[in-house]
Amino acid sequence: MNPTAANDGDKPIRLAPIVTPDAKFFWDAADRSEFFGQKCGDCNRFRFPPRPMCPHCFSVKREEVALSGRGKIYTWIRPQHPPAYGFREPPIVAVIELEEGFRFVSNIEGIAFEQVTAGMPVEVMFADTMGKHKVPVFRPLGRGA
Amino acid sequence: MSRTFQEAAIAGIGATEFSKESGRSELQLAAECAKAACDDAGIAPCDIDGMITFTLDNSDEITLARCLGVNDLAYTARIPGGGAAAVATIYQAMALVNAGLCKNVLIWRAMNERSQYRFGQNASGGSYTAGNGTGSLLWCVPFGAMTPGTWESLAAQRYMQVYGIRNEDFGRVSVVQRKYAASNPKAWFYNKPITLDDHQNAKWIVEPVLRLYDCCQESDGGQAILVTSLERARDLKQKPVHIVGACQSIPYNVEVISNYYHDADLALMPEAEGTAKRLYAQTGMKPEDMQVAMLYDAFTPQVFKQLEAFGFCKRGEARDFVADGNLELNGKLPVNTHGGLIGEAYIHGMNSIAEMVRQVRGTAVNQVAKVDYALCSSGMAGAILAKV
Repeated sequence: MNPTAANDGDKPIRLAPIVTPDAKFFWDAADRSEFFGQKCGDCNRFRFPPRPMCPHCFSVKREEVALSGRGKIYTWIRPQHPPAYGFREPPIVAVIELEEGFRFVSNIEGIAFEQVTAGMPVEVMFADTMGKHKVPVFRPLGRGA
Repeated sequence: MSRTFQEAAIAGIGATEFSKESGRSELQLAAECAKAACDDAGIAPCDIDGMITFTLDNSDEITLARCLGVNDLAYTARIPGGGAAAVATIYQAMALVNAGLCKNVLIWRAMNERSQYRFGQNASGGSYTAGNGTGSLLWCVPFGAMTPGTWESLAAQRYMQVYGIRNEDFGRVSVVQRKYAASNPKAWFYNKPITLDDHQNAKWIVEPVLRLYDCCQESDGGQAILVTSLERARDLKQKPVHIVGACQSIPYNVEVISNYYHDADLALMPEAEGTAKRLYAQTGMKPEDMQVAMLYDAFTPQVFKQLEAFGFCKRGEARDFVADGNLELNGKLPVNTHGGLIGEAYIHGMNSIAEMVRQVRGTAVNQVAKVDYALCSSGMAGAILAKV
């Protein structure tokens, strides 16, 4: 990591995700600005975090599918100390309830911390990280550019 | 040793001093606290035949056994889940003794968690390894949730939403624990009580959930506990502390601290509810039977959630239960009477188990008048101890 990167206004300073074999599809999709989820190839049920076996029918067949990218804000916080590494300002971190029925931790962007409310609808967008990767983050629904 | 069921008991506790800079290796801290626990019990260290610690502990069991001159080690194990599973060490030791597999089980946790590395700082350079029960490094870190405080807060904020809790409500836990610590010479915050104003004037760690004093310390130190059979404990130096029951509960899709993926509302703590249910079923006991409790307090909201999960008050009533003074020595349920991980030291929950033993023996500095039964929870595991 290059600590001076924080002073460079253009360069992404967000940490890239740690990619494990069982979640590679997710981060590969994010790199293409796509938000993917994993469902069972036999019983069709979603699961998160990703895993190689369906906990319902034990099938190892899996489908990696595009998610709607929409959800609702469930909880939200603003880390102040220590300052979150990889952010120029304290980020809003949130647990989002995705339309597909599972929860996902991400950021809320494009809105002030004080304006966030429970259940606020949000949609996915993508943020650049160090190492030329991307991660899915969220903004209030319908406020996109 | 025949493999017949044997009741288990805690025969010894031992600790180093709790500091911010121990000035010696973690292995030395482990050896010192282990020897102290053996001395407390009146057991020769060479007779230890089982050893249990955390996956996160950096000292090797063989190396520690070598320090202690252990003659013949029958069993070793490590519990995953960090502090959440602290009481699972007691559970495993109990089970080993119950099964007649070990006579003298040493549990230890020793760390230079302030001077050598810091759990409270950003987890930004780590790599993912199994055995810690959390996917936080994978699914939280790229979004700026990089500390245990942020991981805890993402769930605790829901508790605040559901019950209309403000940060100062959590602060009352900190104030009472600092009061206990103020009269505990072993506590880092000995003679340093705080007021609710002090709490509210301290900096935010994570808005709107945690201010500085809602967080446990980062500490250097070691804590050991010696578990043996109740029968044998009766002949040793200290009054035996009977392990009436102990258990763990990890419900489906629950994980340690970054615990957002289960089906329950995040205002709840399914692992603590599961532990409570199993513990009460195993022992036939109920919350009203307890005179004192140690509840894992890495962060104050966890105390609220455990009070509710273990049935000391109803869901959503922890705020009033705490505000009414029930955690104090003259309250309904004195909690974390050594000052807890907030006031005494953060030895990953193990120093709270030692305090539980002192309360049952009747030797705590903030002694509860009459203790027959005491409950200890680390969120994902729990135990009930009793006077014999």
